[in-house]
Amino acid sequence: MTRQSTRAQLHKVVKRYGAVTALDHVDLQVRRGELLALLGVNGAGKTTAVSLLLGLQRPDEGRVELFDLDPQSLAARRRVGVMLQDAMLQAVLRVDELVRLTSSYYPRPLPLQEVARRAGIEELLPRRYGKLSGGQKRRVQFALAICGDPQLLFLDEPTVGLDHGARTAMWKSLRELVARGCSIVLTTHYLEEAESLADRVAVLSRGRLVAEGSVDEIRAHVAQRRIRCISELNLEMLRGWPEVTQARRDGERLEVVSDEIEAVLRRLLAADPNLRELEVRRAGLAEAFVEITTDAEARTERKEAA
Amino acid sequence: MDTALRMSSARAARAWLTEAKYEFLRLLRTPSFALPTILFPSMFYILFGVLLNGGPPHGYDVAAHLLASYSAFGVMAPGLFGFGVVVAMEREHGLLTLKRALPMPPGAYLLAKMLMAMLFAAIVVMLLMLLAATLGHVRMPPANWIALLITAVLGVLPFCAIGLFIGTRVGAQGAPAVVNLIYLPMSFLSGLWIPLQFLPKFLQQIAPLWPAYHLGQIALSVSGQDGDHRTALHAAVLAGFSLAFFALAQRRLRRAG
Repeated sequence: MTRQSTRAQLHKVVKRYGAVTALDHVDLQVRRGELLALLGVNGAGKTTAVSLLLGLQRPDEGRVELFDLDPQSLAARRRVGVMLQDAMLQAVLRVDELVRLTSSYYPRPLPLQEVARRAGIEELLPRRYGKLSGGQKRRVQFALAICGDPQLLFLDEPTVGLDHGARTAMWKSLRELVARGCSIVLTTHYLEEAESLADRVAVLSRGRLVAEGSVDEIRAHVAQRRIRCISELNLEMLRGWPEVTQARRDGERLEVVSDEIEAVLRRLLAADPNLRELEVRRAGLAEAFVEITTDAEARTERKEAA
Repeated sequence: MDTALRMSSARAARAWLTEAKYEFLRLLRTPSFALPTILFPSMFYILFGVLLNGGPPHGYDVAAHLLASYSAFGVMAPGLFGFGVVVAMEREHGLLTLKRALPMPPGAYLLAKMLMAMLFAAIVVMLLMLLAATLGHVRMPPANWIALLITAVLGVLPFCAIGLFIGTRVGAQGAPAVVNLIYLPMSFLSGLWIPLQFLPKFLQQIAPLWPAYHLGQIALSVSGQDGDHRTALHAAVLAGFSLAFFALAQRRLRRAG
């Protein structure tokens, strides 16, 4: 990969807090014009990875680069926009003042009205930040993240506290940004958000990078697929079939999980000519995520026990 | 490197000024900071320097003496509260972390707060001077008024450093209490409320330990009162306090952020 296309990277990074290893030899790249979703349960190392990339902390081992520069250098930071999860901004300043203040740090900021339009905060500009609702505050924080026209955007749980409409609007802005070539690093615990937005997903578990790839590649970690249909077939009989991993009934609906879904399907259709409303679904990112992190944890525990 | 992303020094300077302007606006809009900071010294002055001033019983000009010592008292607040309480809050509420991640010009965070504190100090002292010149009938050569104003504006700096040190050590909840515990007793022990010669001998002897004592002595000297006129020595002590606390705070900020 050429150096220009990598906007930020962790190279064999180790970060420890006392006895706890928060990141354990993690390699991660953020490429031009992609949205990378960083997933992991709380304490998996997402926040540590982001603070290292932002230069808020230094790694104990390995190398961190932001636009091929030291993440603490101003030249690198001027290309970066940030939205942190729990930053309380100055409550008595007006929204337009907050945007102007943050814009003043950047060499080529966007015009105020353009920032307001993209973040959907036109009506909030004359209001004091402290008087806004939680969702409105998130939108203002998003405005501050994009006001410097950054090439790389770090968003830590950006849609927490947003209602459905505001979340959809923010997703639209994010897609527009990526279409313009901006790279985005998104940490989220809404898997549907990652599923809908991410070009690439990186899953952290206990400080290790346990999976990385497109949403489809991550989903493919779960070989299992799921059949749902309306059928009166006997549950015990289905559980007797060797291809069936799991079978359960939800009212008149039947749900069957299997690694060899085609074989099960043939037998099902043959066994019940009245079968209706058939659905076959690959596991979503949520199932894949659970499986990947559980596997990774089990491996770590086995290693620790050995 | 992309040259378009370099910032001209004019733009960087503007970023500093913008930061300072909003820091000032923000504290002006925080009544719990702005009102006591600006009004308390003036209220004390009207009360003790004007209303309860029964003429010069002790052989010195009470109105002029109190102008000097209340100026010193008045400029402690913007430094101690503007840094101590505000930095503690911003540290705890994650604003400091966010600012560290942003491309804020180096030093802008502290410089903005410093300018803000100096501006507040100037307002506090000019208000006191106005009261002294009108209600208090204080008469001094113009050079003394100017020297007192300069003393106040620069005199806020050691208290900025002490405030910053407190802000990096104490949480947002505890900071106002800690600042008050330092601010009020130190003003008293430094002879800013009651002239030192009316305090017990022991307190007079330890007064040079307190930075506020040195500022008070300079303020008295430059306004032609009974200060000891060792201005250079006091200024050096204050500079030492400033550097020491600033260095301690800076070490802490870099480590914990």
